[in-house]
Amino acid sequence: MGITSSTALWYASRATGVVALVLLTVVVLLGILVNRRGQLPGLPRFATTSLHRSMSLLAVAFIAVHVVTAIADPYVTIGIAAAVIPFTSPYKPLWLGLGAISLDLMIALILTSLARARIGRRTWRTVHWLAYACWPAAVLHGIGSSTDMRAGWLLALTIGCTAAVLAAAAWRVSRAIAASGPAARPARALAAEELAHAGDPRLTSTGA
Amino acid sequence: MADHPARLRVNPIACSGHGVCAELLPELVTLDDWGYPLLAGDGAVPVRLARAARRAVTDCPALALRLTSAAPGSRGNSEEAQRPARAQTGRLGT
Amino acid sequence: MSMLAPAWTGLPHAAPAGESGLPRILPPASETAAAQAQAGLDFAAHLRRHGLPRFRGAALIEQAGAAGLTGRGGAAFPAARKLAAVAAAGPSAIVVGNAAEGEPASSKDAALLWLAPHLVLDGLQAAAEAVGARTAYLCLHAAPRRGSDLAGHVRAALASRLAAGTDRVGVQLVELPARFLAGEETALVARINGGPARPRDKARRVFERGVDGRPTLVQNVETLAHLALIARHGAAWFRSVGTADEPGSVLCTVRGPDGRARVVETALGTPLGRLLPLGDDVGAVLAGGYHGGWLTLDEARRLSLCNADLRPAGAFVGAGVLVALPAAYCGLAETAEVARSLALESAGQCGPCFNGLPAIATALAAVARPRPAERELASLRRWAGLVTGRGACHHPDGTVRFVASALRVFAAEIAEHSRGRCTATRREQFLPIPAAPLTELDWR
Repeated sequence: MGITSSTALWYASRATGVVALVLLTVVVLLGILVNRRGQLPGLPRFATTSLHRSMSLLAVAFIAVHVVTAIADPYVTIGIAAAVIPFTSPYKPLWLGLGAISLDLMIALILTSLARARIGRRTWRTVHWLAYACWPAAVLHGIGSSTDMRAGWLLALTIGCTAAVLAAAAWRVSRAIAASGPAARPARALAAEELAHAGDPRLTSTGA
Repeated sequence: MADHPARLRVNPIACSGHGVCAELLPELVTLDDWGYPLLAGDGAVPVRLARAARRAVTDCPALALRLTSAAPGSRGNSEEAQRPARAQTGRLGT
Repeated sequence: MSMLAPAWTGLPHAAPAGESGLPRILPPASETAAAQAQAGLDFAAHLRRHGLPRFRGAALIEQAGAAGLTGRGGAAFPAARKLAAVAAAGPSAIVVGNAAEGEPASSKDAALLWLAPHLVLDGLQAAAEAVGARTAYLCLHAAPRRGSDLAGHVRAALASRLAAGTDRVGVQLVELPARFLAGEETALVARINGGPARPRDKARRVFERGVDGRPTLVQNVETLAHLALIARHGAAWFRSVGTADEPGSVLCTVRGPDGRARVVETALGTPLGRLLPLGDDVGAVLAGGYHGGWLTLDEARRLSLCNADLRPAGAFVGAGVLVALPAAYCGLAETAEVARSLALESAGQCGPCFNGLPAIATALAAVARPRPAERELASLRRWAGLVTGRGACHHPDGTVRFVASALRVFAAEIAEHSRGRCTATRREQFLPIPAAPLTELDWR
């Protein structure tokens, strides 16, 4: 069977979809790294934020191609509206709907982040939490839309990405729990200071 | 242009010591013992650094950096803006 | 009926003999604290003593400005300016009376509410009318530090006013956590808005957007009491005591070398020697509380209770806390213990504060030991400069001022300690220290 234009579109959509998933995974991991004030080895701190941003814009580019080729492909019927309005696609409404949800959230994330200096910290932060909904929606969309998930490499890739994000998210949550709010910070800093001075008995006075 | 030059200000509550500002704007921002930003010269931004300053404001992960044209020495507190400009320390409440 | 035995040790008494025109906001001394507290609730007696207000609304703001009334919560900001700002900021303003009194060594706001609640509540009504507010709050500590039901007492006062039908604005009591910073203006507003009592970024100004996003006036309860009297007697009367630059009377919490605290009303500009016993058994004097500064005995004997005298010496009037530390105690150890508690009272929001104050406190504890501490002294001086002005509130600044004054006034002790000796004979803590906040719940 020759390669038809439909097949080419299908391949393009699938390939860009896979790359987008990997890019989104990297974006989420980098976002968690920024939040935890971590650093990529050998790189300055602003590289983490810069890469997070540039990877997300790159992901947008790949997703744009992914969506356009999927819509243009005559083999499956997916209207333009179905790309942004969830569950309105005649073809696989559930799984494509998840893709539409992911895309909508991504648009919100990107637009608010581009305007972040103007919309204020609290608004930006609240919207940015949606990233934790955007990524799973994208993964589920990928699993449900793929016709050949049982192929080894795609399954392995999906599992790998999922494992990485779950591990990073678990780390993020555990740090948040350990921090237990601003109330603990001065006490923790004081304990650290006093430990550094430990070994010398203080001139103690009992509290009144 | 404006009477007051552009001035960087740190929101100390939002700031969590990421240190990105110090990397992007080392001429104006250094870090203290605990990784929190110290602004040189009360935060005044020379024109040649204006672009880098804007980038630092946008890139701060905690959105804790601001560019304003407010008077020096005030924390944006109405009381202090109206007081004669002597450093006040140590007051609580009203 | 409230429990009437206030547990703070001491009766307010008329200002040191010879001060005419005093007391003003406190009642004249009588036999027992219980009798005085009971008398404080008597609304009719209150009106008989003070009369009815003459100046209201904009006229009151004008009188307050001419009188030079400044805030009595520590910041000494001109009250008229604050009233005018809130009045101009828009409709549906809110007034808040601040009796948080987070300073552990201060009892004057509690004393005022026990002994003259109606004067405070009058002031709250007058301020509400002046700024066009129809909602009022009064904030005080939830868990009374002194084991007595102050909130119940205030509620009883409010009830008697309700019966008399004089108040235009309903007053809601708000109970605050017993934190040093809970009475800070933005922290107070945050608490009323339902969050924890932590200071917020000053860019959002309380007089424009405070409680519920509305223009909010926050005034210390003593300021409100003075305002209530200015409403009756006018600016010239207010200025008849005090100094030209710092007019009026002020409440002080005075702790003598015997360790007992008394609340005194005195004129600004009164020599410290008339407020505190300053015999040779006194080592140093603390003026302005834990964000104030230490004075040497000689300075204290020379200076008066006004910012013109105290600020050049590194202290200030603040909320009127005056402590005479006996020479038998080690001033460095006292300061170190207080500094440690101040570090723990940080709201934990600003890095330079919640990192810097513990570092300063621990270094000071090393200096307070009878052994050389050159390295710690150098660190202290460096951190003092590193921490001041870099928090959202003045907690780090005030703490640094307090510590710096100790290094100056107790320089001789530092020299002794570096030789391995401490001249103090008493080891227990003289200055009061609050229990440390442990969890997030302690801020609500």
